[in-house]
Amino acid sequence: MGLPPDLRADFPILERVVHGHPLIYLDSAATAQKPRQVIEALCRFYESSNANVHRSIHTLGEEATALYEAARDRVQGFIHARRREEIVFTRNTTEAINLVARSWGAVHLQPGDEILLTELEHHSNLIPWQLLAQSKGLTLRFLPVTDDGYLDLGGLPRLLTKRTKLVALAHQSNVLGTILPVRMIVDAAHGVGARVLVDAAQSVPHMGVDVSALEADFVVFSAHKMLGPMGIGVLWARWEELSRMEPFLGGGEMIREVWLDHATWNDLPWRFEAGTPNVAGAVGLTAAIAYLERVGMGAIREHEQALTALALDALRREPGVILYGPLSAADKGGVIAFNLEGIHPHDVTQALDQEGIAVRGGHHCAMPLMRRLGVPGTARASFYLYNTEAEIEALVAGLAHVRRLFE
Amino acid sequence: MSPLYSPALLRHWRRPQNFGELPDPDGVAEELNPLCGDRIRIEVKLDGEVVEALRFKGDACAIAVASASVLSGLVRGRPADAVPESVILAELGAEIPPVRMQCLRLPIHTLRKAVAQAGAVKHGA
Repeated sequence: MGLPPDLRADFPILERVVHGHPLIYLDSAATAQKPRQVIEALCRFYESSNANVHRSIHTLGEEATALYEAARDRVQGFIHARRREEIVFTRNTTEAINLVARSWGAVHLQPGDEILLTELEHHSNLIPWQLLAQSKGLTLRFLPVTDDGYLDLGGLPRLLTKRTKLVALAHQSNVLGTILPVRMIVDAAHGVGARVLVDAAQSVPHMGVDVSALEADFVVFSAHKMLGPMGIGVLWARWEELSRMEPFLGGGEMIREVWLDHATWNDLPWRFEAGTPNVAGAVGLTAAIAYLERVGMGAIREHEQALTALALDALRREPGVILYGPLSAADKGGVIAFNLEGIHPHDVTQALDQEGIAVRGGHHCAMPLMRRLGVPGTARASFYLYNTEAEIEALVAGLAHVRRLFE
Repeated sequence: MSPLYSPALLRHWRRPQNFGELPDPDGVAEELNPLCGDRIRIEVKLDGEVVEALRFKGDACAIAVASASVLSGLVRGRPADAVPESVILAELGAEIPPVRMQCLRLPIHTLRKAVAQAGAVKHGA
């Protein structure tokens, strides 16, 4: 395996110079850079096929509709879903989770029911459940995280009970990189009659996810973290669940017939896609999937794992570096959270930026996890298919400069 | 050499003036910058409108700490709003990007709140 040698040439932004240095982009967990193929697909759509979808009889309308529905088929293939009707396009992962909370939670949850989450969830897989718990009188429970960043499954029998109706968890932590044992938790959850939602925002872009093999009930992810444009995401929901859910947003497209005082709903999945969709976004997502499939998810995972192993090894030997999360590259995605002793992560991030190196500093939308780690925040470097060994070496050298600057 | 982390800024960060607590403060305030997690606590002793003594603590970035250090030194013997951000900026001699200006301002806001809290306590609020 291995990546195409000229892959970086496909990403125009990698030519950028920042503060006089070539850009070293190590923040793909926040958003991924886009290959020319995706950017051109977006432009081509607006230049030659732009029209509204589904109800247009004219040629452009037909073309746009075909492109939009082709995106749905492409996503179905990429995540190995059984039916295309199980693919709902949303704005992003956050909206997809809110959709499940509102449309599934509203119908299926009663006061006293419980939802099981983890201590390391992104705010987007926490706040919707907090809001739901407040409005419906539910209890939220949390699987704890161990000191070295793994899920502490010791408490699972106590936390996962007949009262648990839903388990919602990340596939890969956006801070620690930890790959959670989702398949095993799905089995345990189904065993007590609970459904499972998997936040796959960090896993679908980097690992290749097969929703049929995972056997979860809901899987959510965003295009912009997988080389696609911002503004479009996916909810995959098992047909049996989707068909028993109330509408989410109401409006055009999701209806069949409308009177002044009531309406009937469109078929699945369009029932959950109200208003004009992000057609261009869907076109961009198709191009992104095509790119990823051409490179190969296996090759991408292998590349990132090698970079992560290299980075972990080098960072462990650097004085003053504190690492968080698993120290074995096999147990995590290409995400490394770290701090420099005595230096605020924002200053580390700022000082690295002055050398053209883009990492992220702060709470990473995971404040409860920061409290669990006992820190106000961390720096975070995250890798993708376009990063190189030389960039890892530059990061390590950059950190040494930062340490000397603040000595 | 860094235009942002100037020698003066780093000096104030390494050995901040007036870092600590007051035994019997007139006013206390703690402010959080939710965007970045900076947290500054300021305790003041007042003589009427004038800041007699100021101590600060917190978990904050170098810019916020350096700003608090500069502010604490310059505001002594003067009213709380006598030290605007432009003066702190000039003292630090640092090129602070717009997004980090909120770090520079955090101690100024916190001091204002501490003085207000002292006023509220005095009037039995």
